[in-house]
Amino acid sequence: MTRWVIALLVLVLGRFRRRPRLDSEARIVPAGTPDRRAENVVLLLFACATLCAAASLFVYAWDAIPNQTQFLGLALGLAFAFVSAACIVIGRRLVVTEELEEDYGTTHPEEEEALDQLVAEGGDRFTRKRLLIVAGAGAGTAIGAALLAPVASLGPVFDVSSLYRTPWRRGVRLVDEAGRVFLADDVEEETFYTAYPEHADREQMGAPLVVVRFKPAELQLPEGRAMWAPDGIVAYSKICTHAGCAITLYRKPTFAPVEPKPALICPCHYSTFDATKGGEVLFGPAGRPLPQLPLAIDGSGELRAAGNFSGAVGPSWWGVRNHGPRS
Amino acid sequence: MISRAVHFLDERAGVAPFFRKALRYVFPDHWSFLLGEVALYSFVMLVGTGIYLTLFFKPSLAPVVYHGDYLPLRGREMSEAYQSTVDISLRIKAGLLIRQTHHWAADVFVAAIVLHLLRIFFTGAFRKPRDLTYYIGLLMLIFALLEGYLGYSLVDDLLSGMGLAIGYSVAMSLPFIGANIAQLLWDGPFPGSDAFMSRMYVAHVLVLPVLIGTLIVLHLTLVAARHHTQFISRRATEKKVVGMPTFPAYAPRSLGLAFAVAAVLFLMGGLIQINPIWQWGPYHVSQATNGAQPDWYLGWLIGALRLVPSFDVTIGHYTLVPNAFWGGALFPLFVFLVLFAWPSLERRVTGDYAFHNLLDRPRDAPWRTAIGVAFFTWIFVVFLAGAADRMFVLFGLSYQGQVWAFRVLVWVLPVAVLFVTKRICDELLRGEVVEVRRKLVEAKPAA
Repeated sequence: MTRWVIALLVLVLGRFRRRPRLDSEARIVPAGTPDRRAENVVLLLFACATLCAAASLFVYAWDAIPNQTQFLGLALGLAFAFVSAACIVIGRRLVVTEELEEDYGTTHPEEEEALDQLVAEGGDRFTRKRLLIVAGAGAGTAIGAALLAPVASLGPVFDVSSLYRTPWRRGVRLVDEAGRVFLADDVEEETFYTAYPEHADREQMGAPLVVVRFKPAELQLPEGRAMWAPDGIVAYSKICTHAGCAITLYRKPTFAPVEPKPALICPCHYSTFDATKGGEVLFGPAGRPLPQLPLAIDGSGELRAAGNFSGAVGPSWWGVRNHGPRS
Repeated sequence: MISRAVHFLDERAGVAPFFRKALRYVFPDHWSFLLGEVALYSFVMLVGTGIYLTLFFKPSLAPVVYHGDYLPLRGREMSEAYQSTVDISLRIKAGLLIRQTHHWAADVFVAAIVLHLLRIFFTGAFRKPRDLTYYIGLLMLIFALLEGYLGYSLVDDLLSGMGLAIGYSVAMSLPFIGANIAQLLWDGPFPGSDAFMSRMYVAHVLVLPVLIGTLIVLHLTLVAARHHTQFISRRATEKKVVGMPTFPAYAPRSLGLAFAVAAVLFLMGGLIQINPIWQWGPYHVSQATNGAQPDWYLGWLIGALRLVPSFDVTIGHYTLVPNAFWGGALFPLFVFLVLFAWPSLERRVTGDYAFHNLLDRPRDAPWRTAIGVAFFTWIFVVFLAGAADRMFVLFGLSYQGQVWAFRVLVWVLPVAVLFVTKRICDELLRGEVVEVRRKLVEAKPAA
């Protein structure tokens, strides 16, 4: 039994033993001197890496450890850092760093010529080469178009009418986040409200409104909008006409010479709109005013829309000024 | 063992000569050459961590009400996409580590590509015979930007929704076809249908990674086919490349770099918080937050969108160019156009159609360096303008005043930088001539 084990060991170990290199002239990689100190460093680094990886396993397995993410990252990161250090020590101290030369490649004129000739001779038998190429290209283009056509199924590519659609029309009540109706008397001055159309999908750009109240004397609305702001309450689309973000900032003038007026501001690119002047652009990149929604106060003091917006809602496109929104 | 494996492969694929050549392939060395490798290894990390994330992420806009462990969000309506990402971050063990590592890896990936691009540009490494390699690199940069944008857009948190609204608006702003393209991509008006989420998802986890991966293989094949460039030395010439072989000298060094990248990314992922989406909340069309900043590599676009003054180009009722087009579409288009055109432009202007295996030092090509520095300064000023709101918060500088300053700086600074850089390059070259003369004079008596 013992002899069998020894025989097996000899067999196994013998297989892995390097054959000694006899002829040092035949080396490919030049010989170098061993560096036991560097080897020790590498051994140490690998040991540290093993420890860190084990620590990471330990952190992962043991829930009671707080700040799992931090400790896991630390352990895993350090494990890789140690392996990295080991590799670099190996590269710089334990293997031979040779300086080799190699030729940069050039071109192959003969091969190039042969290729030209090959292609030319391959097409020798054609008599109407140009016509055939045109016909082939035509077929290719047609097939390409046929294959690309189904891309149009991705969305309503030609019908952009839905861009003009908003859920607002005469009589729709304004409700807040929680669905409560807005009473005109509850709307305070110099405060910023978000309103939605009652019973409508809020996740469409035409839905959300900004509602602000001013003293009627402060308002300088464009012509024809005199009746749009009952009791000085104005409503605008909450979606910026520049890049479609929600307008969530209401700037009160803190320094009159520079900021003479309260303004509605989009936090994405800071387009600034004048709420007293029908949403006119004061500053920033927006290219057209905020669409205003005409308001009315009904018999029970509730805020309702008195029509649709003054212009198309949301970011601008080629047709944004063609006509107004539709309900 | 090794010899048996080699024999096995050689019998079946006849690869011994190829491997022998590959192992003795020569790498010239310079510290600046590691940037491309950092990008490569970051990509590997991105694929690894990304696959893990797909095992938990649900690419769906279906509304759900959150009942998880994070109290501030309980009872809020959100999409499955957002909920599953909150769960990855807060419920799944190691989920946050992998998510943050993925996010950091993306930031490092693009940063490494951009620095690599700068290195290639300013040393003239893009010249023939490596212009094709350079074009492929630029393509990868475009895909990487898109991939990063889609990555953080998938999550459907407040910031990603705002980013998508901007992306939608830029698509809408394309002259003549914008609205149609946007309706096509989003499957209707913003925020689009559930199909849009699947489209982003398949692009982010399949189409773009495969494209980038394929281009990486092509890029590296071309690099290997024409060898690396090198700086001139007594032995390193236009004809001969000098350096260490893959094996044994270069492999452990490169492997060391790979592990170092992994180490840094895991450390960042574990220790430095990034994009804590549970704090932003789910996206709704009517909501936005102030002080929103995208990942750094989109800062130039935010800056450009913010700097353009208020105007749409119209003809009667027809809106020819909506404002978002200038900053969001034309600016990046122009930047990449210039980068793509540069190698052939330079060839034509200088009349230099020769092969170039030796690198220039930036001073060796004063005009290229000067124009390049001016060009990248231009982009960088726009990038800085994107952070003007942060400077307002941090230093109290008036936002509007800053925007006006940037609107001027963005044109003035590049011009100033152009002439200063040209002068510096010329002076450095002249200084070298003086130095050589001085040495000659000193050497004479000794001779």
